[in-house]
Amino acid sequence: MQPLPTLGGRNAIAEGGEVGAVQSGWRLALREFMSNRLAVIGFGIVVFFVLFCFVGPLIYRTNQLSTNLIDANQPPSGSHLLGTDSNGFDNLGRIMKGGQAALEIGFFAAFVAITIGALYGAVAGLVGGIFDSTLMRVVDVFLSVPFLFVVLILAVKYGATVLSLSLVIGAFSWQVPARLVRGEVLSIRERDFVLAARTAGASRWRLISRHLLPNALGVVIVNVTFQVADAILAVSYVGFLGFGLHFPNVDWGDELSDGIQYLQDGYWWLIFPVGACIVLTVMALNFIGDALRDATDVRLRRR
Amino acid sequence: MIGYLIRRLGTSIVVVIGVSIFIFLLLHAIYPSPARAVLGLRAPQSTIDSWNKANGYDDPVVVQYLRYMNQLLHGNLGYSYAENQSVLALFQERVARSVYLSGIALLFAVVIAVPLGIFQAVKRNSIGDNIATSAAFILYSMPVFFLGLILIQVFALSFPIFSFEASQSTSLITVMGDWNAMTLPIATLTLISVAAYSRYMRSSSMDVLAQDYIKVARAKGLPERLVLARHLVRNASLPMVTLIGLSLPLLLAGNLVTEELFNYQGLGLLFFDSLGKADYPVLLAYTLAGAVLVVVGNLVADMALTVADPRIRLA
Repeated sequence: MQPLPTLGGRNAIAEGGEVGAVQSGWRLALREFMSNRLAVIGFGIVVFFVLFCFVGPLIYRTNQLSTNLIDANQPPSGSHLLGTDSNGFDNLGRIMKGGQAALEIGFFAAFVAITIGALYGAVAGLVGGIFDSTLMRVVDVFLSVPFLFVVLILAVKYGATVLSLSLVIGAFSWQVPARLVRGEVLSIRERDFVLAARTAGASRWRLISRHLLPNALGVVIVNVTFQVADAILAVSYVGFLGFGLHFPNVDWGDELSDGIQYLQDGYWWLIFPVGACIVLTVMALNFIGDALRDATDVRLRRR
Repeated sequence: MIGYLIRRLGTSIVVVIGVSIFIFLLLHAIYPSPARAVLGLRAPQSTIDSWNKANGYDDPVVVQYLRYMNQLLHGNLGYSYAENQSVLALFQERVARSVYLSGIALLFAVVIAVPLGIFQAVKRNSIGDNIATSAAFILYSMPVFFLGLILIQVFALSFPIFSFEASQSTSLITVMGDWNAMTLPIATLTLISVAAYSRYMRSSSMDVLAQDYIKVARAKGLPERLVLARHLVRNASLPMVTLIGLSLPLLLAGNLVTEELFNYQGLGLLFFDSLGKADYPVLLAYTLAGAVLVVVGNLVADMALTVADPRIRLA
């Protein structure tokens, strides 16, 4: 009876100590993040846009379904804060609707890319050897495929919906997270706790899901924000070239390309507000990504 | 070094083969045969089948891939049924214009970004550095088409200095001489690249400035001008070679959007038009050409770096 509680107690201390260390690591990263002014501004902008696009339409109600050609191309006024487009849709409401699509696709595509990339990189790093180098050549192949070209071809062929664009963009942007996670796994797998888990008879899947991926989480989280930013840019390109979402759905690039034909008429409200939305969102996400990278990078830590 | 270069070349050949298989299979899966485009929408299935058989489109995919690659190596990029021309002829008509636009933008971007990045690193956190960093951040997050639109609005509509449409001439010499029409497209593509390069150049220069050999150079009394010219510029510019190689996909995409925005008759616009016409032979050939360009660009960058950097060369 006597040794057991001691053992348990020691375990508890060890575990408690470890959890404490992990927590303080994250807390340190959080403090580092909060001390970065640009990152906090970026985070604020992202929160603003999520509220603006998803809660905004509930407050600022507009008709985005039936055209109203009498009210087409009206400049900003009291009833239409950002004017109307060529179909008579309220422009501000339309930007909110386009932003929903951009954010949904951005986050979902990032999720797809990160999931594929993390699993792929973890398997490659864990198995190693020829299997690993073969998998990494496949990553090289995917890195060489001109991303926008393939996304455009698939979007034109299979039609663009929020789901299809997310899947296509995600399916062609997992290479960088795969490389990052593989690199992490290669270094983590040599650590003692992985050896201990192996000795205890942990299966390969358990090793990946319980030990390697959680410890490689840092690099993945940093990459997520860049993925979201890149996906939002990619959608805007597809939309701008005219192969984006179909009516009644709309995306930011689509709105901008509709506005171009009126550039010479001086209908600035159809072009510059929506362009500013794209730039602000992408820039805010890049701020957050840069700050997260600095915060989780121990070498850059000031303390 | 020779061993490394040969290994690197071998990897690139493997990747080129892999990427050609992937792109061919992908486009073959979504567009197995141009029979419909040739015979019309109302052609009976039996005619389609016999056309496919006569032209080899019912062979196993492997056979079709090998035949396509064989033709490719003999300079035959396929036939565009939508344009009724060989893809090679279509490319030949336009390739010089695209190479000119992308090449000159790349050149300007490097010429601007390298000194700018070094200046920012040397005068770090000064007002000039902060302005340049902010501008780079905004440009870096900006879609190419929006930057192009802003330039059009400011320099073609508000202040009509330049034309908002690129040169439509078929002669490259005329295009090169037509600065009125070419400034805005070139500026658009250049600025997008400058944003990425200068950010990188700044951090690379800051890394170099922290090195011991810079301290030694200063300690032995070398004037700051020579420290920068002899030690900083060379060492900090090296990673740029790799970055340019890696940024080729971005340049291709930028080229596509810029050509569409300014209606410039290059390969990007051809790709865009072919998307609308479902002209898959053109899409396949251009996507493949883009992929090969990316692989070759990275290979050349790596090789140049190996030759230029004694730390790699002598290792």
